[in-house]
Order: sequence, then C-alpha cells, then structure tokens
Amino acid sequence: MPEEKHIFSMLVDNQPGVLSRVSGLFSGRNFNIESLVVAETIDPLVSRITIVTKANKPVVEQIEKQLNKLINVIKIRDLTGPESVKREMALICVRAKAEHRAEILRIVDIFRCKVVDVGRRHYIIEVTGDEGKISALLNLLKPMGIKKLARTGPLALLREPD
Amino acid sequence: MKLNGSQILIEVLKEEKVSTIFGFPGGAVIGIYDELAKSEVEHVLVRHEQGAVHAADGYARASGRVGVCLVTSGPGATNTVTGIASAFMDSIPLVVISGQVPTNLIGNDAFQEVDIVGITRPCTKHNYLVQHINDLQRVLKEAFYLARSGRPGPVLVDIPKDVANDTFDFTPMEDINLKSYNPTYQPNMWQLQKVINLIEQAERPIIFAGGGVILSKASGELTEFARKTQIPVTTSLMGLGAFPGSDPLWLGMIGMHGTYRANMCTGHCDLMVSIGVRFDDRVTGKTDAFAAQAKIVHIDIDPTSIRKNIPVTIPIVGDCKITLERLSSLVKKSDPNHLKRRRQKWLDQIEEWKSTRPLAYKQENIIKPQYVVEKLYQLTKGQAIITTEVGQNQMWAAQYYHFDQPGHFITSGGLGCMGFGLPAAIGAQVACPDKLVVDVAGDGSIQMNIQEMATAVQSCLPVKVVILNNGYLGMVRQWQELFYEKRYACTSMDYAPDFVKLAEAYGAVGLRATQPEEVEPVLSEGLSVPKPVIMDFVVAKEENVYPMVPAGAPITEMLLV
Ligand SMILES: Cc1ncc(C[n+]2csc(CCOP(=O)(O)OP(=O)(O)O)c2C)c(N)n1
Ligand SMILES: [Mg+2]
Repeated sequence: MPEEKHIFSMLVDNQPGVLSRVSGLFSGRNFNIESLVVAETIDPLVSRITIVTKANKPVVEQIEKQLNKLINVIKIRDLTGPESVKREMALICVRAKAEHRAEILRIVDIFRCKVVDVGRRHYIIEVTGDEGKISALLNLLKPMGIKKLARTGPLALLREPD
Repeated sequence: MKLNGSQILIEVLKEEKVSTIFGFPGGAVIGIYDELAKSEVEHVLVRHEQGAVHAADGYARASGRVGVCLVTSGPGATNTVTGIASAFMDSIPLVVISGQVPTNLIGNDAFQEVDIVGITRPCTKHNYLVQHINDLQRVLKEAFYLARSGRPGPVLVDIPKDVANDTFDFTPMEDINLKSYNPTYQPNMWQLQKVINLIEQAERPIIFAGGGVILSKASGELTEFARKTQIPVTTSLMGLGAFPGSDPLWLGMIGMHGTYRANMCTGHCDLMVSIGVRFDDRVTGKTDAFAAQAKIVHIDIDPTSIRKNIPVTIPIVGDCKITLERLSSLVKKSDPNHLKRRRQKWLDQIEEWKSTRPLAYKQENIIKPQYVVEKLYQLTKGQAIITTEVGQNQMWAAQYYHFDQPGHFITSGGLGCMGFGLPAAIGAQVACPDKLVVDVAGDGSIQMNIQEMATAVQSCLPVKVVILNNGYLGMVRQWQELFYEKRYACTSMDYAPDFVKLAEAYGAVGLRATQPEEVEPVLSEGLSVPKPVIMDFVVAKEENVYPMVPAGAPITEMLLV
C-alpha cells in the first residue's frame, strides 16, 4: 500500500509529559514522525502540536485514533487537504562570497524572504512558506554553500468558512 | 475539613468504596501507611510488589470493581511494572499508588528515586505525578474514573512524600469531567440495522466474543442474543465464561490452542460477529487467511481496536452490553425452531467437526495433566474461580475446565505473564471469600511468585494451587520439540524444590500425587482443607497441548493429537 504524507494538528493539555506521551506513542507503535511543532495557544492551558507523518492508509487511521485516545489530547484533526493553510519557517545561513552577494539578495527578493543577519562571509535568511517554496529556495542557495539550516517543519491551520 | 495528603487518599478510597488494597510499605509511603492503619480500609501485605498488582488484578476480575495497590518509590515502583503491563494488555481496571521522593528532590537521583511515570507511560491507560496537594483529590478521582470507564485499564498515581504530608481543605468533589475523554457507549443505530440484515442473510454465521464482553458485564446479553439468533459462539482466551461452556451453541475457544471446530468455523463462516475482541495474533494466526470467506462485524468500545489487525465490513464503536441489548431488540421475533432449521446444515457441519475431532488426549499409566484439570472440573462442579500461570498449564485449564459464568477464569492473556496465577488467586479470594479459588500452575511459573504463599497464609486466604509438574518449562519445550528438532535448550527444570515441603514451610498444606488413581483423592482432600494448599501433580513430562496452530500459519491448519 502506498504511503502518504499527513499533517495532524492537535490541541493538548499544556502540561509536563504530554509531548513525551505523543512522541512515545509514535516510537512505541513504530509510527514515523517527519516533523513536530509545539507551542502554547492563546489559552495558556492548551498547546497545539502539529505533526507530519508518512504512512499507508490503515496506519494513518491508527495514528489518528491512537492520538485521540491519549487522555491529554483534546482534539485532533487531519489537515492534509487544501482546506488548511500550511506554512513552514526556516533560518538559512548561507555562505556569502563577494561574487555571490548580489545574486543571493536577488533570490531573497524574488522569494520575498528576509536577510536577518549579515556578516563578511555570510547571510542568515529568514523564509516562510509552504514546503515547496522552502525546498526551492534551498536548491537555489545550495551552490553558494549552506553553512547551517534550521527548519520548523510545517504548521497548519484550518481556513475559516466565509 | 483540613486533611493531609495521606488522609485525602483514604477519603477517596472510602468514597470509591474500596474495602481492601494490596501493597508493600517503604520510606516514601510510611505516612500513607500510618493513616491507612487507622482507617477501615483493609490491607493485604504481599511479599513482592508484582504480587500486589496481580492480586489487585485478580480482585478486579473476580469482583468487577477497581483493584487498588500501594507501593513505595524506587524499587517498590519498578517492581509493579510487569503487573501493570499485564493489566494493561487485558484492560483490567486498577489504580496503582506509588510513593515518590519529595518534590524538591525530584530529578536529583535521590535515594529510591525513579521516574515511574516515565517508565509506565506506555503500559498504563494514563498516569500522573501529583506535583501539588491542591491536585491530589482531583487526580485520585480521575484515576478511578479513567480506570473503570470506557475501555478499562490501569492508572498509576505517583505521590511525592511532601505532597502526602501537605494539608488541603477537603470537601467531597462533584463528578469528574474530562474534556478530552469521552468514551462512546451508544452504538450507531444504522450500523446495527446493517448487522441485523447481515444476520438474516447469513448461512454460516458465528459469534466471536472476547474479554470486552466480560468487562462490560454483558454475558447475559450475549447469551440472549446468541440463543435468539441461534448463532454458535466461540471466545478468545480472555472471553472464556462470557458464554456458558455447557450451552449447545458453544464452540470452545478460538486460536492457537482453540478447538478444532471453533477454528474450522472461523475458516468456513460467512459472517463473524465479533464483540469485545482485538484480534490478537494468537487468535488470528495468518491474518490474510483469517475468516477469509466472512463478512466481519466488529463491536468494541475502543476505536483503535477496530481495523487495527483485520479489515472489517461493519465497524461499531460502543459498549458491548448496550450494543448487544439493542441488537437483541432488533432481531425479529422469529420462531427459534425456524431459525434452527435454517442453520441446520451449518450446525450439523459443526457437530461433525466436534465429533470427529474433539479435544482429546491419550490416557496412559501416568498422570496426564489434562486429566487433572478434568477431575478438578468435575469435583468443583465447574463452580471454582480458576486462575492460571502461563504455558501449557494455562492452555489445559482453558480447554478442560468449562466456564459457565464470567469472572471465573482469570489469566494473563495479553502479556502471558508467568507468576500471575498465585497472586491473582489471592486477589480473587479477597473479592470472593466464599468461593473456591484454584490456581492451575506449572512447576516453572509457580516459582516466579511462590513467595505469595506467605501472603495467603498470613491473610488466611485459603487458595489452592494445583501444580501440573512436568519438570519442564513445558510450553517452550513443546515449541522446541515441534520446531527446533527436540533441542531442549534450557527448558528442563532439573532442580525444583519439594513443593510439599515448601507448602509446609510456609505454613500451608502440601499434597502430592504421582499415580493416576491418586489424582482424585488428592484433589478431594486438598480442595476441602480450609487453608492454603499446594497440590503437586507429577504429570507426563512431554505431553503437548493440541490442537496447535504454528505461529503465523492459517488458523485452520492445526496440528492435532
Ligand atoms: C515472565 C515470563 N518469562 C518467560 C515466559 C516464556 N514462557 C512461556 S510459557 C513458559 C513455560 C512455563 O513453564 P511452566 O510454568 O512449568 O508451565 P508448563 O508450560 O510446563 O505448563 C515460558 C518460560 C513467560 N511467559 N513469562
Ligand atoms: Mg512445567
């Protein structure tokens, strides 16, 4: 059976140990985690976890049910489809030799991202976008030399009905 | 009312109508023990914390209530892990209270500190570290609620010593409400109607019931439903007793050591109504071949059980009892004789499987373990509560003792945990003081928690231990015989203690039978002594459990006697 990528977004109790219940479920049941993002929501008692996983259909069904079964998981939703907005952020430290500096800035401009740190030999670029955009940017910057990279993994939010 | 943490624990135990707990003291729980001793809550002092958890498990299964144990931090807590894992696999409602080092020492590698919440996270339904006295009452109430509701399971509450000493203004709490936990009890009526339609069309239906039926106290509803629809019934090991073993519709147990007819039915049925089961690999064998001709209905309170191992035609999330009641009320009141006639061909086929391939063993001039269990069944008229150890003894108990009622067969099904039977018997005896409670044991397993004999003697719990002593870790030896060319690597129990003398050393009664004609007198005597008894039956050393489905083979491909 083919594997598909899924984004689950869940609201969980903002308590110690909850993240390890979630990640322990994945390791204990041999589910795969591609990325995981956690932070408090507007309600300080509640956090949102966004998790990307890759699995075949029956396993995806199990993952959702098993997460739902955790007592600290308040709500879970599969946000894989187009009815949700997805964004990822990356900080990219790129080597900036004199002959590449203009080129890098042009790319930054085209991708509508930002240079947040400048040095004699590097730029740090901040970019947000969907996964495709970030990968495309990385591909363009690769030839200049990427020194360091930090990516968040996707976040997702359901679009509101009009 | 100002109470300290220990007193709050006692108050909650009283509110939850807990009359007896099982435990073992230590530094982190001295304060709790001090309050416990002043209260009316009884305490059974075990000899190992694993025994406390199995005893609470046996208590829970025999009584249908939540079992409770109390242990100290560190080694006390780690000793509970096997017991908790066993209860978790079998969905048994337990509340395990562990002491913890004071909050200011947590994380310091303090004396007898262990992260028991971390360790038990994957084998509890839920667990808690109580960080503050203000949370204690709520956490304890939640623990009981979670343990017994939905799909039951063990819940651990870790209480640091300073939290147990701290004070709190206590008033009884209102009902528990957890926003993130809402088990589905009511089945979807549309789905039920589809089940009824399938039943009306089916020519070769069977019902496959499991431990969920016993947990939801739905045996009566299951029996009514099966009789009304004239559908034959098999159960998993965990389901034994959910349907009367003396009923003509009874097929015997399904699975690796299931009866020939139950396993053949699985291969040939066109409809399987499964209730309160989770399709363990010991039941299904090769999953692709399992019930390959059948439409499968799966009723369970836990959505994760459904479509985990087996694709199903009609999934139904709901409580077994409510669902079976609804189903029975939807069944048309057709004349049972008419139904019987419709099912006749199928029932005849089953009868043929039964008569050509019954459960059987060869009588020889040596005690056969199956014979001991048969005699035990006859002498107790099927009324005893049977606990088991693990291995061949467990399977022979399941095959040759017939259970007419739920709560009478208590075994570590999912974890298959040697050392379960004796402490579980102790717990069952606490729950049912007037019942005869018998642990059907192996010579290997019994040695894993034999120390609990002292508990039985000290607490005047007259449990009976029937050792089927084959001098081997028999079930492993059976696999070695069948699949490893008889290389009996490390399965011979060349040295075992003299179990009769051992019983006597514990202050219990010890009896032994070495000849077939001694079986009945030894059982009669042993069962009638009002004290804990060990009966040592020296049985055929290399007897095998049959039928047997080799692991991973289709369930219909059985090795037979
Ligand atoms: C704690 C534990 N360790 C190991 C096993 C593996 N095991 C399963 S059955 C068995 C043999 C048990 O021997 P005995 O109690 O004498 O029972 P018999 O099969 O001989 O009746 C063993 C070692 C287990 N189930 N549990
Ligand atoms: Mg043995």
